[in-house]
Amino acid sequence: MKRFSTFNAVSLTAGFAFLYLPILLLILYSFNAGRSVAVWGGWSTKWYASVFSNQQLLDAAWITLKVAFLSASVATILGTMAALALARHGRFAGRTLFSGMVYAPLVMPEVITGLSLLLLFVSINVDRGFWTIVLAHITFTMCFVAVVVQSRLVSFDRSIEEAALDLGCTPFMTFFRITLPLILPAVISSWMLAFTLSLDDLVISSFTTGPGATTLPMKIYSDVRLGVKPEINAVCSMMVAVVTVTVIIASIMTKRQEVERERAERLAQTKS
Amino acid sequence: MAAKSIGPIRRKFAPWDDPSAKPLIRIENVSKNFGSFTAVNNVSLDIFEREFFALLGPSGCGKTTLMRMLAGFETPSSGSISIAGLDLAGIPPHKRPVNMMFQSYALFPHMTVEKNIAFGLEMEKLPKGEITARVEEMLKLVKLEGFALRKPHQLSGGQRQRVALARAIAKRPKVLLLDEPLGALDKKLREETQFELLDLQVALGMTFVIVTHDQDEAMTMADRIAVMDKGQFVQISRPAELYEQPVSKYVADFIGDINLIEGRVEKNDLGKIILGSDTTGGMIEASGESAVKNGDTAWFALRPEKVSISLSPPENPSVNTATGTVWDIGYVGDVSVYHVRLDGGGTMRASIANTRRIVERPISWEDKVFLTWAPDSGIVLTK
Amino acid sequence: MTNTNHRWIVRAIPYLWMLVLFFIPFIIVFKISLSSPEIAQPPYSPTFDPFVDGWSETFARFAEFTSANYLRLFVDSIYVSSYLSSIWIAGSSTVMMLFIAYPLAYGMARAPKSWRPTLVMMVILPFWTSFLIRVYAWISILSEEGLLNSMLLSLGIIDEPLVILSTNAAVYIGILYSYLPFMVLPLYSALEKMDESLIEAAKDLGCTNIQAFWKVTFPLSLPGVIAGCFLVFIPAVGEFVIPDLLGGSDTVMIGKTMWEEFFNNRDWPAASAVAIALLIVLMIPIMIFQNNQAKQQDMG
Repeated sequence: MKRFSTFNAVSLTAGFAFLYLPILLLILYSFNAGRSVAVWGGWSTKWYASVFSNQQLLDAAWITLKVAFLSASVATILGTMAALALARHGRFAGRTLFSGMVYAPLVMPEVITGLSLLLLFVSINVDRGFWTIVLAHITFTMCFVAVVVQSRLVSFDRSIEEAALDLGCTPFMTFFRITLPLILPAVISSWMLAFTLSLDDLVISSFTTGPGATTLPMKIYSDVRLGVKPEINAVCSMMVAVVTVTVIIASIMTKRQEVERERAERLAQTKS
Repeated sequence: MAAKSIGPIRRKFAPWDDPSAKPLIRIENVSKNFGSFTAVNNVSLDIFEREFFALLGPSGCGKTTLMRMLAGFETPSSGSISIAGLDLAGIPPHKRPVNMMFQSYALFPHMTVEKNIAFGLEMEKLPKGEITARVEEMLKLVKLEGFALRKPHQLSGGQRQRVALARAIAKRPKVLLLDEPLGALDKKLREETQFELLDLQVALGMTFVIVTHDQDEAMTMADRIAVMDKGQFVQISRPAELYEQPVSKYVADFIGDINLIEGRVEKNDLGKIILGSDTTGGMIEASGESAVKNGDTAWFALRPEKVSISLSPPENPSVNTATGTVWDIGYVGDVSVYHVRLDGGGTMRASIANTRRIVERPISWEDKVFLTWAPDSGIVLTK
Repeated sequence: MTNTNHRWIVRAIPYLWMLVLFFIPFIIVFKISLSSPEIAQPPYSPTFDPFVDGWSETFARFAEFTSANYLRLFVDSIYVSSYLSSIWIAGSSTVMMLFIAYPLAYGMARAPKSWRPTLVMMVILPFWTSFLIRVYAWISILSEEGLLNSMLLSLGIIDEPLVILSTNAAVYIGILYSYLPFMVLPLYSALEKMDESLIEAAKDLGCTNIQAFWKVTFPLSLPGVIAGCFLVFIPAVGEFVIPDLLGGSDTVMIGKTMWEEFFNNRDWPAASAVAIALLIVLMIPIMIFQNNQAKQQDMG
C-alpha cells in the first residue's frame, strides 16, 4: 500500500486534531495581550516577561529540573539493572514478586503510590523535602526504565554476548563492551522518559514533599486552582517547546543514523 | 589455500582405532536436564586432536546442548568434560581453551570487521603489533582483505560467515566449535564452503567439532560422525560406515534414502543370512555377520542405488528379487528414482544413474518390473 | 551460566530498592488503615516504637487496631458512591476511548511505511508534555467564557453558553484526551505487526472488507485492545488531577476523595483504608494486565 485511503486520512486527521488543538490553542493564547482566555487582545510577549520576573516560578522550575535530573539518572541505572535481572537472570528466587513490583507502578494510581511513600517517610521519621521527592521519583520512574530497556534486551541476540564470553571477555566487561553500547539508544530514551515523567509529576510530589520544596507542577496546580492565568499559559508553552524540540532533535538523529545504515547496506549488497 | 591435496593426511587419520592414543576432549557420562526434560542423557565420547568431528541429528536431539556444555554456556547436570586432561567443571566460558562459531554468527554489530577479529586477542592482552599482524593474517586466510573497516551490516551473508570464522580461529583455540556454521548460506555457497572449511581445518591442524542437522554437510567434512537421537548417541562412525553399515533403522533412515524390507530369519551361518519375506514373496540372501536367530524378525536395509530394475526376469527369481509395477518416476537429473509398488505389498525405490542423455525411458509408468540386488549390497538390521 | 561471578548483585540492588520503597510502604499503609485518627504528630494511633516503649508494651498496642475505617467505607455513602462513580467513569471512558483510538491506530498501522515512525512520534509527543498542562489546556477551552462557548455563540449555534467545565462531561473529555496515547500505542503495535497478506488471504477466500476486519483484523488485535483498555482503565479509576480540575463539586472520584481525606481532613487512617480498598478493587485488573503482558512477551 502506498497511499492513504480516505478512511485512514480522515481518522488520522481527526485524531491528531483532537490531540494537538488544545495544546496549540494554549500556546496561541500565551501570546494574548488581554487577560481573557477567549477574547483575543492582540499579540504580546508580556506574559513571558512576567514569568521571568516571578521568582517563585523560577525557583520551582529550578527545583523541578534538579529533581528530574537526579531521579532520572539514578532511575536509569537501577532500572537497567532491573531489566537485566528480568531479561537475563532466568528464574531466580523471588522473581515473581520482583516482576510484580516492576510492573505494578506502571498502572498504579499515583495517589496510592504517593500516599504509601509518604507514610513510609513519616514512619521512619525522615525530614520531607527535596530528597524525599527524589527518592519517590526514582522509585516510580525506574519501572518505566526497566520496561523500556527490558524490551530492548529481549529483542537482542543473546549469542552476541555469548560470543564475547567465548572470546575471553569477562561477564562484567561484556556488559560494558558489548551489551551497553548496543542497548544505549534504549537506555538514553528511557532516561528521557524518566526525566519528563519526573518533570511532569504532581501527585507523588505533593504527597512526598516538605517545607521549601515546591515543584513547578505543584506551583502551577495551586495557581490554576485560583483561576486561569495567562502567565501559566506562558510557562506551559515554554515547557511544551523545550520537550518538542528535544524529542524532534532526538528522532532526527536516530533517523539519520538509520538512513546512513541503510545506504551502507545497499553499498555492501552491490559490491559483494 | 593448501597447495597440496589433504588426501595424505585424511587417508591415514584414525586415532580412535589406536588404543594408546590420548583423546583431546573427553566427555564422560554427561547428562543435562532442563526441568523434567532430559536434553542430553548419559553420553560418553572421546574426540582426538586434529579430528573433524560432527554431531548430527534432528533439531531437539541434544546436539546443541552438548556443544554449549563444551563452550561453557550450559553446566552438565552430571558427568564430566575435560580438554587435554583439564577438567572443565566450574571453568567459565571466557576461560576455556575453546572458541565457538555461532549459528547466527553473533558478530558485534557496533564494531568493524577488524575489531571483531581482534576482540579475542585484545582480551588475551596480546601486544598491539601482534594483534594487527594476526588480524591481517586472518583476513587473508578468509579472503576478506579489503573489508577490514566494514561493519557487519555492510557485508553479505557469506562474508559475515567468514568474519565469524576468522574471529573464532584468531585465538588459535585447541578446539573450534561450529554451531550450524553453514546453515544460513544458500546451497551452492554452502557446498563450496564445506570444502574450504575442510582444507582450513587440515591446514590449521585444529580440532573442529561441528553441530549440524544436514547429513550432506556432516558426511562431506567429518572424520567421524555421531548421530544423536533423544539425547543419546545412536552411532559414532566414519561417514562411509554410517552409510553402509548403519546400526539401526533410525540411522539407516536418517542418513540417505533406504528401503527397509521386513522378514523372518530362516538361516544364519557362515556369514550368510537368509530371510523369508512376504513383501518380495521370496528369499532374501544377505552376506554379513549378525546375531540374529532363526525365527527372529529382522529388516533388510537396502539403498535404492544398489537395486537394479529390469523388464525381464533374472536367472533365479526366487532369491533377492521383488516384482512390482512402476508407480512414480522422479527425474532428478543425475539419477531417476523409480517407485515400484510390489506385488507382495509395500513400495521399493530404485535409483538409476542417468549415464546417458535419454529422452525416451526404456522403463515407464505401469510397466511390470523385476527388482534385483546382490547379497552384499544390503545389511540385516534387528532394531 | 557459571557461578563464579557476582551477578546476583545486579538484581539484589533494584530488588532491595523496590522492597523498601514500594513493597514495605504498602504494609505501612495497611497498618495505618487499621489505626485511629488522632490530632497529634503523626496523626494516628497506635504508634509503635519498641526501642522506647519496650516489646511487651508494643505488642499490647496491637489491641488498639480497629476495623472502623473499613466499616465506614461501606456505611458512609460518600465512599460507596466514590468507588462506584470512579469505576463507572473510568469504564465508560475506556469504552469510548476504544472507539476513538481504534480508527486512529488503524490509520497509523495502514499508513505508508515511511510515514509510520513520524505518526507514532506524533502520538507520543503530547505524552511527553506535562499531563497537568494538557488538562489545564481544556479549562480555557471548556469554561463558560471559554473558547468553545465563544466560538459556538458567535456562530449562532447556541444562545446560552454551555456549562461543560465543572461537570462530569469535562471529566470524560479530560480522560479521553489525556489517556489517548495509552490506548493508541498498544493497538498500533498489535495492528502494525499483523501481516497484511492475512487480510488478502481472507479476501481471496471470499470475505468482504468488513468481514475481513471482524474475522481477521479485530481478533488478532485483541491483545492490543486488552493492554490498551487496562492501561487506561486502571489509572483512570484512581485519577485525581482530572476530576479535581475539570470536574465539579458533585464529581466524586475515589482519587479525589482520598486526596481530600488526606490533605483537607488530615484523616490519614481513613485515606489509607480508601487506598487499600482501591488497591483491592484494582488487584484483579492489574493481574489480568500483567498476565496479558507476560503472554505477549513470551510470544514476541
